[in-house]
Amino acid sequence: MIPNVAPAPADQAQPTTAADLRKTRRQGAPKKFTGSKLFGSFGSIAGVAWLAVLVAASLTAPLWLPFKTEDQDFTAVLSGPTAAHWLGTDELGRDLLSRIFASAAGTLGTSIITVIVAVGLGTLLAMLAAAAGERVENAVSRVTEIMMSLPGTVIILAVIGAVGTNIPMIMGILGVLISAGIYRVMLGQAKSLQSQLYVDAAKVDGVSTAGISLRHVLPGLTNTIVVQAALIFAVGMLIQAGLAFIGFGPPIPQPSWGGMIQGASQHVYDAPWMMVPTGAGLALTVLSANAIGNALGKAPNATASHLPSAAARRQRAKAVATIASAAPAPVTQDGVAKGTLSVRNLSVGVDSTGAGSGVRLVTDVSFDVEQGTVLGLVGESGCGKTMTALSLLGLLPSGVSVTGGQILWNGRNLAATTDKAMETVRGRDIALISQEPMRALDPMFTVGYQLTATIRRLRGMGKAEAREEARNLLEKVGIVDAARILKTYPHQISGGMAQRVAIALALAGQPKLLVADEPTTALDVTVQAEILSLLRSLVTDTGMSVVMVTHDLGVVADICDQVAVMYAGQVVENGRTDSILDNPRHPYTLALLAADPHANHANDMPERLATIQGQVPQPKDWPTGCRFAARCQFAGSACLEPVPLLPSGAGEGLVRCVKADQLAVEGMDWLATDVPAARALEITPTQNPRSLQTIVEKDLA
Amino acid sequence: MSTAVTERRDSTPPSDATPMLEVKDLVVRYGRGRKAAAAPAAVDHVSFSIAPGETVGLVGESGSGKSTIGKAILGLQKVSGGTITYQGKDITSAGAAERRALGGELRAVFQDPNSSLNPRNTIGTSLAEPLRLRGLSAAEARAKAEDMLERVGLPRDAVDRYPSQFSGGQRQRISVARALICDPQLVVCDEAVSALDLSTQAQVLNLLADLRDERGLSYLFIAHDIAVVQFLAQRVVVLYRGQVMESGPAAAVTENPRHPFTQALVAASPVPRPAEQAARREARESLGVRTGAAAVPAPGGCPFRLRCPLATDLCATERPALRRVGTADVACHYA
Ligand SMILES: Nc1ncnc2c1ncn2[C@@H]1O[C@H](COP(=O)(O)OP(=O)(O)OP(=O)(O)O)[C@@H](O)[C@H]1O
Ligand code: SF4
Ligand code: SF4
Ligand SMILES: [Mg+2]
Repeated sequence: MIPNVAPAPADQAQPTTAADLRKTRRQGAPKKFTGSKLFGSFGSIAGVAWLAVLVAASLTAPLWLPFKTEDQDFTAVLSGPTAAHWLGTDELGRDLLSRIFASAAGTLGTSIITVIVAVGLGTLLAMLAAAAGERVENAVSRVTEIMMSLPGTVIILAVIGAVGTNIPMIMGILGVLISAGIYRVMLGQAKSLQSQLYVDAAKVDGVSTAGISLRHVLPGLTNTIVVQAALIFAVGMLIQAGLAFIGFGPPIPQPSWGGMIQGASQHVYDAPWMMVPTGAGLALTVLSANAIGNALGKAPNATASHLPSAAARRQRAKAVATIASAAPAPVTQDGVAKGTLSVRNLSVGVDSTGAGSGVRLVTDVSFDVEQGTVLGLVGESGCGKTMTALSLLGLLPSGVSVTGGQILWNGRNLAATTDKAMETVRGRDIALISQEPMRALDPMFTVGYQLTATIRRLRGMGKAEAREEARNLLEKVGIVDAARILKTYPHQISGGMAQRVAIALALAGQPKLLVADEPTTALDVTVQAEILSLLRSLVTDTGMSVVMVTHDLGVVADICDQVAVMYAGQVVENGRTDSILDNPRHPYTLALLAADPHANHANDMPERLATIQGQVPQPKDWPTGCRFAARCQFAGSACLEPVPLLPSGAGEGLVRCVKADQLAVEGMDWLATDVPAARALEITPTQNPRSLQTIVEKDLA
Repeated sequence: MSTAVTERRDSTPPSDATPMLEVKDLVVRYGRGRKAAAAPAAVDHVSFSIAPGETVGLVGESGSGKSTIGKAILGLQKVSGGTITYQGKDITSAGAAERRALGGELRAVFQDPNSSLNPRNTIGTSLAEPLRLRGLSAAEARAKAEDMLERVGLPRDAVDRYPSQFSGGQRQRISVARALICDPQLVVCDEAVSALDLSTQAQVLNLLADLRDERGLSYLFIAHDIAVVQFLAQRVVVLYRGQVMESGPAAAVTENPRHPFTQALVAASPVPRPAEQAARREARESLGVRTGAAAVPAPGGCPFRLRCPLATDLCATERPALRRVGTADVACHYA
């Protein structure tokens, strides 16, 4: 009879172990408790309305009710609805409508006792356990486990036997029993809040444990508290009614819903109607509380899946159709050798439905990757590197699609290929490794199972053969004890090992092109060096080509043959790695190099590093002229016109800057001045539409 | 300013003064019970000191115990052995009240700009928290918060905004402001710039350097990136599996490392000059350092021996003590 309260889908703060943090470069904005969610669905609006009417009607009952609650009308005993008694009467001829509304407040009030005791006690225990450390937590958890295993019904009946039907006390005890479940729900959240860095910062200040719980943990729990309270309230109402139904309602003379249900239950056969009004009132109230709880608990953006949704697939199909019709001519591989990836004037944008519609995220990007070479896509967060990389695989997040240009690969234009057809390319021809190797691995299955399953799917091998191949692949990516690793689960291996496994997984389909999105950002430099060596040997041994997305110019120098520097959705400079890193032509490349402490030796380390004032502009704010103009030390009036990507000086590279030649001649440096600080960073409130923001955050991730 | 700057680069502060911070034989073990006691300690007899006005960098691979040392100093992690002395006062197991009594002299900047500010509080509330604790009125605290925001390059009206309205770099500046708002003497920076983009990272590094020169701060600068440490620190301590492998002047440790692990670490850090990087890569490969994967050495001996190209039987039986080699202290039998 006493339900276990299920964990609410409320805001689980992210666990933040030290090691995780570097790896997750951005998290979503925190979810705050907002009342506005209350009015987000019809159910919850109706629920709020019903409860409001009920409470108001009950409190003002003496003023408007047609009958007094104890008025007996012996002419109409056990009657159904009549003109005089809209909802009928009970066995003493008392008006049901009057009694329901007059007693509503008391009934709701006793349920609220349960809510206050259960949620209050549960939250308090959770905060205590989270703050006081492992030992206290274990003790409290044991006690709550015992509480949860107690037969609640028996206890309540025992209490009734001992003290009679004292409803407030019974509801209070019920609250204590339920608090164990609440504790469980709250504990995880309280612990994760307790492990946030701002809690550490407060501890360093010397804020007391109680102060931290009150100021930093409790506010983070409010959402869950409110949701749980609504649900427990409904539970309390039901249990109260249930007790009344089996004869343990409140003492007879005073009206209460429980008492009325108890009364009605004795006339179920001769006057079934009597149960209806009270039962309906109860049902409505319980449904209202549940609807409110659900509305408040709903996570605002629960659709952060990496796979395209059905809607996204439809959008993609539409985009593909437009591109195909816009370029009806057959794809010409003019001058594109086999095995070369040629991206031409690629544009990616937010789809035209919904918020942020039509915003361009990548514009007019072109590059070639010849067989057996490595191309680096480099730039800061928010420059569209990841979007460009994902579009090569047809893996753009939902709501974003290719809006123009061509991705030529083996005689096909991948930008105008259907999702279905992309499936034959993905994994087999072109494979992906991402920054977070664990994302490629399913925690539920062993490494060996996942590898063999992938090999069998992509290469159609038999089971035994695939197992052998899995072993070979692991050895190929430099794992010495492949046999052991095959049997382990992803969480049992280190980050560097996981990235190797992810690479093995990507190699399972013998791809000819590997798209690597920040594959070493989360790894130690020592491991990074090993992974880069591995990738290099794969390129030389198998003739595979690689598109390497990175923000690390050292990684570019180490492994890339060609590099395309991206800024605000455009390629601003591209060409051979050595010519670009040794003789940068574009001011942005110049600035990046000047800001990089790796570019200096200890002996000639400058006193200050060069900085770039301001930030990469949001896609919706891109100017028509040079997109770097607002931050460029060399900007002039000529920079306000659109700037084309033009051949630069002697080399075969291209650069998008009107002053490139002049700067090269004058040999200007990006100066290491910090602009007057207050002007440097204009605050950009995040007022742009949510969808765009999430997309951009995804791009940054 | 430039003279002050040159001074901070190449002079080791006088050693006779009371150090700002002294860590002696620090041992930290996670967990309780016999199993935890048998496992290698997360921090294993680490000693170093920080002079007034000095920046010491702490580098090492992930899991080497860098953050644990920072937490122990800040009182966020229980210490299993050794002592931590702040300006002559033993703070090894100081409680909240004693730390409050330090008057905000010992502060911290953490790695993650997203979780180091309470998303539910305004910037003003977050900045005022340490001040209010020291008895300032709300108005005084607010004024001070505005001044500090201005100092780190943000507009004064940022006090009324929430962290979500700022970019990562801006948030990290706010964390710096929060750390410096009660005029600390020593700031522990744990990966304070590693989540930032290059240009933003440069801004925050410059800010930290400026504030240090301006106020004579000491930093314990924890980072996994040796080049970043090299920019800010005068001395560097290199950790491996909770033990100090090498410590000494930044230039010596990063340009001319003596310990095989430091050599591997330095060689693995790529530089953005293709020709030089190719040479470094070859040099790294010729070092012959084995991969760290799955190499968990039994306790005793040198913790690096399973990866070390120079390891001998002696390395398996005897833990090398730190000894002076050139200008650095190195824990290797054969350095
Ligand atoms: N709360 C904890 N409980 C148990 N073990 C821990 C805990 N925190 C850290 N450790 C362990 O202690 C050791 C040192 O960890 P620490 O976080 O100090 O390393 P780090 O050098 O800061 O690494 P990173 O570069 O990843 O931040 C590691 O083996 C780690 O797994
Ligand atoms: S075009 Fe003008 S603003 Fe743009 S990078 Fe060149 S000089 Fe700077
Ligand atoms: S003590 Fe031995 S194993 Fe350790 S670093 Fe030195 S040579 Fe290598
Ligand atoms: Mg750390």
